[in-house]
Amino acid sequence: MQTETASVIEQRSLGGDYRVLEFASSKVAPRVKPGQFIHLRVDERNELVLRRPFSVFKTGKKSLAILYKIVGRGTQILARLRPGDRAGIMGPLGNGFPLPASQTFPLLAAGGYGAAALYLLAQQARKKGIIFIGGATADDILCADDFKKIGWKVKIATEDGAAGQKGLATDILTEYLSEKSKMRQMALYACGPMGMLKAVAEIAVKNGQKAWLSLDRRMGCGVGACLGCVQKVKDGKSWKWARVCRDGPVFECRQIVWENGKWEKEK
Amino acid sequence: MGKRKIDAPATNGPDMRVNLAGIAMKNPVMAASGTFGYGKEYAPLVDLNKLGALVVKGISLRPERGNETPRIVEAAGGLINAIGLQNPGFDGFTKKHLPFLKKYKVPVIVNIWGRSAEEYAEVAGRFDGVRGVQGLEVNISCPNIKRGGIAFGTDPRLTAEVVAKTRRKTKLPLIVKLSPNVTRIGEFARIAEANGADVISLINSFPAMAIDIETRAPVLANVTGGLSGPAIHPIALKMVWEAAAAVEIPVVGMGGITSEKEALAFIIAGAAAVAVGTANFTDPGIILKVVKGIEAYLVRCKLKSVRELTGSLQLS
Ligand SMILES: Cc1cc2nc3c(=O)[nH]c(=O)nc-3n(C[C@H](O)[C@H](O)[C@H](O)COP(=O)(O)OP(=O)(O)OC[C@H]3O[C@@H](n4cnc5c(N)ncnc54)[C@H](O)[C@@H]3O)c2cc1C
Ligand SMILES: Cc1cc2nc3c(=O)[nH]c(=O)nc-3n(C[C@H](O)[C@H](O)[C@H](O)COP(=O)(O)O)c2cc1C
Ligand code: FES
Repeated sequence: MQTETASVIEQRSLGGDYRVLEFASSKVAPRVKPGQFIHLRVDERNELVLRRPFSVFKTGKKSLAILYKIVGRGTQILARLRPGDRAGIMGPLGNGFPLPASQTFPLLAAGGYGAAALYLLAQQARKKGIIFIGGATADDILCADDFKKIGWKVKIATEDGAAGQKGLATDILTEYLSEKSKMRQMALYACGPMGMLKAVAEIAVKNGQKAWLSLDRRMGCGVGACLGCVQKVKDGKSWKWARVCRDGPVFECRQIVWENGKWEKEK
Repeated sequence: MGKRKIDAPATNGPDMRVNLAGIAMKNPVMAASGTFGYGKEYAPLVDLNKLGALVVKGISLRPERGNETPRIVEAAGGLINAIGLQNPGFDGFTKKHLPFLKKYKVPVIVNIWGRSAEEYAEVAGRFDGVRGVQGLEVNISCPNIKRGGIAFGTDPRLTAEVVAKTRRKTKLPLIVKLSPNVTRIGEFARIAEANGADVISLINSFPAMAIDIETRAPVLANVTGGLSGPAIHPIALKMVWEAAAAVEIPVVGMGGITSEKEALAFIIAGAAAVAVGTANFTDPGIILKVVKGIEAYLVRCKLKSVRELTGSLQLS
């Protein structure tokens, strides 16, 4: 874990509210593993007292990029950054995704900006797999070309049917598995809204596969000190709190204690 | 207080040491409870040996799960938290966390709490004689638990009872952490002093809440939480000034420190030392920057020691 002041190399719009922001980073970038995130300081005037967590989308030798959605005050400030502007980066944080074993076929499921968290995993996995990308509409289908460029198959679903199949990413994942599940050893990886993660967990349990889920929680410190970001996980017959920033953000789906409906309010 | 005389310029840099009732600190800036974990979390980023002192997250007799989530929400210039004092309990802390902290030369102050005066006293007693612990900070001011915490810090009789009972159980320096949720803070400072506190610290976070106007529901699972960060500094400053005027014992000032400026204001208002909380989340290097900033200020003002600055407020 490091901190550095990084200057912006490029800010690029992906259409809709989505942007890619690339930073020059010599300390954090070389250390990033798939599924890890950075804690970005977006406001130097202390009006926003918290940093903002973002998955690392891509890394170069001396740079890293995030893909983000403008949702509130912090991301609005981010959207104003121009090449040469500086921001404080802390990272890499969290445990990230375990890479699939060499014989394992990876299946990825992404909702919205969740695709960004899965890209490095796809890049580093020994077997090329399939990514199921879902979103509300065509604008929310992100990174499809990035995955295609590295030889992955991409399947798309939108809730309004504007791109790909109408429905959810987990619908097309279920369809796929109903045909192919007996043929090979697989592992599931997912990042997206809680409802989607829960659906992926159910699919994995039903098929006897592992599913690695990246959770999204409001974060304070990002390093495990404040206990603000906790998630209930199984602990023998009982449960305990795990810190999403430090013990996660990636958990195997069987670790998670799902609480009906509660996460709906949180998102 | 008259106009401060300007002393001869310091030769080897100003003296930053302070001694809080036996807790010898190399500088007056400590990490506030609950914002620095148990040290380990920030150790890769911050040289713990350079902190004035490290106050760990609140410890109770037995492990506590704390509140449901969401537990934090940002406000303008602040943070509202309702962690609910989740902690591994006395045994968990001494076995899992203290051995790590003992490797450092930083004074470790354990923040303690309980659900009754007896429980406070019992935790304090258990820490007596535990190696690696230099002092206890008694949290009678947590806004996030239903029984205990703030209830003790806002009732003069209960404050007296908790402090007196805790005092009897420990020889360690006792820092009593006051609640800002009272009208006359000086009165509570005096009660703590009269019942055996060696030091007073203030302020804890301020009772607050946030509402999601789309769902018309409270944002925090606990409904209310405690506000900390830059927004509370002016309130904290007034309270530290009043508390320092009310007692003879040293005062630790905290609330919204984000640079040496707020820290210096607390010291000028009467604090012997300060603690930095929420700002650690914004910038983990902040405590060491505040230390450097205070040092530079002392040089600029030709003061030999930070102790000369305490209570130097100029009231005409
Ligand atoms: C591990 C992790 C990885 C993430 N990766 C990405 C990513 O790759 N791309 C992306 O667009 N977003 C990502 N997010 C979500 C992103 O952090 C939030 O969208 C962002 O913090 C919102 O900030 P804001 O100031 O614009 O929103 P506001 O709503 O104004 O923020 C208010 C507060 O809520 C917190 N907050 C709000 N939404 C979230 C959220 N979804 N997650 C965590 N904190 C939140 C903010 O940090 C802030 O403290 C990730 C979150 C986590 C936890
Ligand atoms: C996330 C969080 C957890 C805290 N936990 C504790 C605690 O366990 N015990 C305590 O006495 N104070 C606790 N506090 C209060 C701080 O120690 C401090 O009094 C307060 O945050 C004001 O300082 P600040 O504005 O610099 O943050 C906590 C504060 C925060 C933000
Ligand atoms: S964000 Fe502070 S513990 Fe996870």
